[in-house]
Amino acid sequence: MHPILKLVLQRIALGLLLLLAASALIFAGTMILPGDVAQSILGQSATPQSLANLRQELGLDVPPVQRYFNWLGGVLQGDLGTSLTNRLDIAETMGRRLGNTMFLAFWAAVISVPLAIFLGLLAVRYEGRWPDKLISGVTLASISIPEFLIGYVLIYFVAVKMRLFSSVAMINDSMSLLEKLNAIALPVMVLTLVVLAHMMRMTRAAILNVMQSAYIETAELKGLSSFMVIARHAFPNAIAPIVNVVMLNLAYLVVGVVVVEVVFVYPGMGQYLVDHVAKRDVPVVQACGLVFAAVYIGLNMIADIVSILSNPRLRHPK
Amino acid sequence: MNDRDQQISHFTKLAAKGRMTRREFVGRMTALGVTAAMANVMLSNAAKAAGPVKGGTLKIGSVGGESTNTLDPALAASQVPYHNLHSFGETLVEVAADGSIGYRLAESVESTPDAKTWRFKIRSGVEFHNGQTVTAQDVMRTMERHSNEESKSGALGIVKGIESMSVDGDTFVVNLGTANADLPYLMADYHLMIQPDGGFDNPAAGIGSGAYMLVSDEPGVRHLWKKNPNYWDSTRGHVDEIEIIVINDSTARMAALQSGQAHIVNRVDPKVAGLLSRAPGVQVVNTGGPGHYVFIMHCDTAPFDNNDLRLALKYAINRQEMVDKILQGYGSVGNDFPINSAYPLFDNSIPQREYDAAKAAEHYKKSGHDGSPIVLRVADGAFPGAVDAAALFQQSAAAAGIPLEIKREPNDGYWSEVWNKQPFCASYWGGRPVQDQMYSTAYLSTADWNDTKFKSEAFDAKLLAARAELDETKRKGLYSEMANMLRDEGGLICPMFNDYVDGISDKLQGWEKDGTGELMGGRASQVCWLA
Repeated sequence: MHPILKLVLQRIALGLLLLLAASALIFAGTMILPGDVAQSILGQSATPQSLANLRQELGLDVPPVQRYFNWLGGVLQGDLGTSLTNRLDIAETMGRRLGNTMFLAFWAAVISVPLAIFLGLLAVRYEGRWPDKLISGVTLASISIPEFLIGYVLIYFVAVKMRLFSSVAMINDSMSLLEKLNAIALPVMVLTLVVLAHMMRMTRAAILNVMQSAYIETAELKGLSSFMVIARHAFPNAIAPIVNVVMLNLAYLVVGVVVVEVVFVYPGMGQYLVDHVAKRDVPVVQACGLVFAAVYIGLNMIADIVSILSNPRLRHPK
Repeated sequence: MNDRDQQISHFTKLAAKGRMTRREFVGRMTALGVTAAMANVMLSNAAKAAGPVKGGTLKIGSVGGESTNTLDPALAASQVPYHNLHSFGETLVEVAADGSIGYRLAESVESTPDAKTWRFKIRSGVEFHNGQTVTAQDVMRTMERHSNEESKSGALGIVKGIESMSVDGDTFVVNLGTANADLPYLMADYHLMIQPDGGFDNPAAGIGSGAYMLVSDEPGVRHLWKKNPNYWDSTRGHVDEIEIIVINDSTARMAALQSGQAHIVNRVDPKVAGLLSRAPGVQVVNTGGPGHYVFIMHCDTAPFDNNDLRLALKYAINRQEMVDKILQGYGSVGNDFPINSAYPLFDNSIPQREYDAAKAAEHYKKSGHDGSPIVLRVADGAFPGAVDAAALFQQSAAAAGIPLEIKREPNDGYWSEVWNKQPFCASYWGGRPVQDQMYSTAYLSTADWNDTKFKSEAFDAKLLAARAELDETKRKGLYSEMANMLRDEGGLICPMFNDYVDGISDKLQGWEKDGTGELMGGRASQVCWLA
């Protein structure tokens, strides 16, 4: 087998193992949430008899280990179960929410990743001069302001005062792509501002590190323009740390944007999860946890593989 | 007609047709020497005279929606389900803005003189959204479903008093175990939307007889309704579509109103109401209602089992300060019983209790309390501003020498772990349409939600007597005695009644003051129109 293929398979197997461990943790975590589902569904009208009935109906009387394997078995067959509170199929309702989250994350990434890398390159090119300082200053300021505040400021100036984009970023199936993009313009701006600095700074630091090397000097002596030196010779060697940071930020765009969802009334996964945690709707919480874990593990796996591929030294572990 | 009158009439017509904004109109009128207040009245009269405009999509931005919501009327407990129910469903009767009974699916209501047997004649020729005709049988099945413990209905307590029901042709007959003169008011409860066969097959289908039919139901996101072409009442249901958008974040909701994404928003935070009312294109509308913010003491738990200590705490709270600082004036002072002028048969001659540090200190001393701090539990979720209100209470009590210790609780689990369990905590009541229902829900010795553990046989006897009393003067007298009992012996500290504060866009016409609930008791989407 080709060594690279073997390596990729190894990584994927490791990722799956990690996901299995995460599923056990998620299950254990939802077990130790205070209060039980039956109690929170029945609320004040709970009597010992109705509690016992409901627990049996929900399968809460089965020992936890057995319940875990039942649940895992279902998940492996694509059955995430039904929500306890509104009896809707989880895979279907969550699928729609996940699609929305991915849509927002995708457009935020399409704008922020190239922009961050370009700004990073620009900062290196003008290192220590005013463009570098301006880029660092602005991006660091935007990452330091809480995202809900950036959201409110944009809503006030762009949506309320200038009446440009919608302050309610609600999308649905009957909208055209252009209408959807118009609706999510503001949240995409906020997310871009939030993730820009991290990626930009890492690009800048990684490339500056490489720029100290002797071969960069050689390239300069060959007479290449400074931007070409950065793009052709420094960037490929700095790619591993940059990809790592990019993946971390992509993962954040998928799993960490609940505050932005609330501010812009965006129907994504975060709000969905929070609503169900409040109602102790355990199957939904578990399903969401699993999807988030999968996204995180998957993106980190990609980052690992890319950095190994881009650095021949890592391909031959001692 | 002189030139000025002509101009006034011209501008009024323009504004009524929506060709001129309210702000512009008021500006023009002021220039012509009309006061701003007068101009607003002229405008709303002109809009009414011009008659409702049909069509358009009315957008409501509402707090109180979650991805776990369903359309089952029995399970509605927050604002978004409340507005959904009013879109698709109708009750037998409703409580009108003036507190009288308005007839919806029932054409008329009669009772026997002992107020034990009630007959509701069902309006003929009304259809459900699925094409079936509304019959007395559907009405009875609906009531059956809500009185069934299985349905977990929010109206269970209301229908519990029904001994038997029957159908007599086009008439729905109710027999009560004990007389109740308020039964029509109870039937106006918003959970009791009439559904085909009572909703036994699929209670969450969103099928009723109301002016709007379901298009799209996305819990926690939005709900879209379109006009029911077969709706029986031509005076309601002017817009083509109602879109209810779930916006739980207060700032986002206000922004939606200001940026034109919503025509109506509910729950305007009193803190920003002043600012919002100065924004162009929007108005803040507030209406006094029966809702109140309270601190509740368990009368059966030490140290609150001592009436002198309870009185000490009641005298130690500064009600006016609460209304000014917590409600920013959008409300009125309470008097330690849960009733105000929003209720029929309210006795306004009961003296108002004032903050009195000397009296508080006197009662505190008499109670013989050992001087240890009294623990008051609060959470932000108890009512908006609850933590600040507790701090104000602590200050005013400290001035009377009563030490209060504020214990902050998490919002999550507050209603299951703190309220109705801990002896002294902050809470709120949304109020009920009639006094009997309010007292029966929370002050009757045997009530589940007797959250002050106030148990008085004399009080219970008066409550039952008043319920059966058809003579209004005598009833009013009984209610007044009960109010006085609660005020002087109960475990309720009621510092304030909160107004319903909603925000509406200038595009919205036909809005009227209606204190039966937020957004005109849920009727705004039915009776308002878009200019």
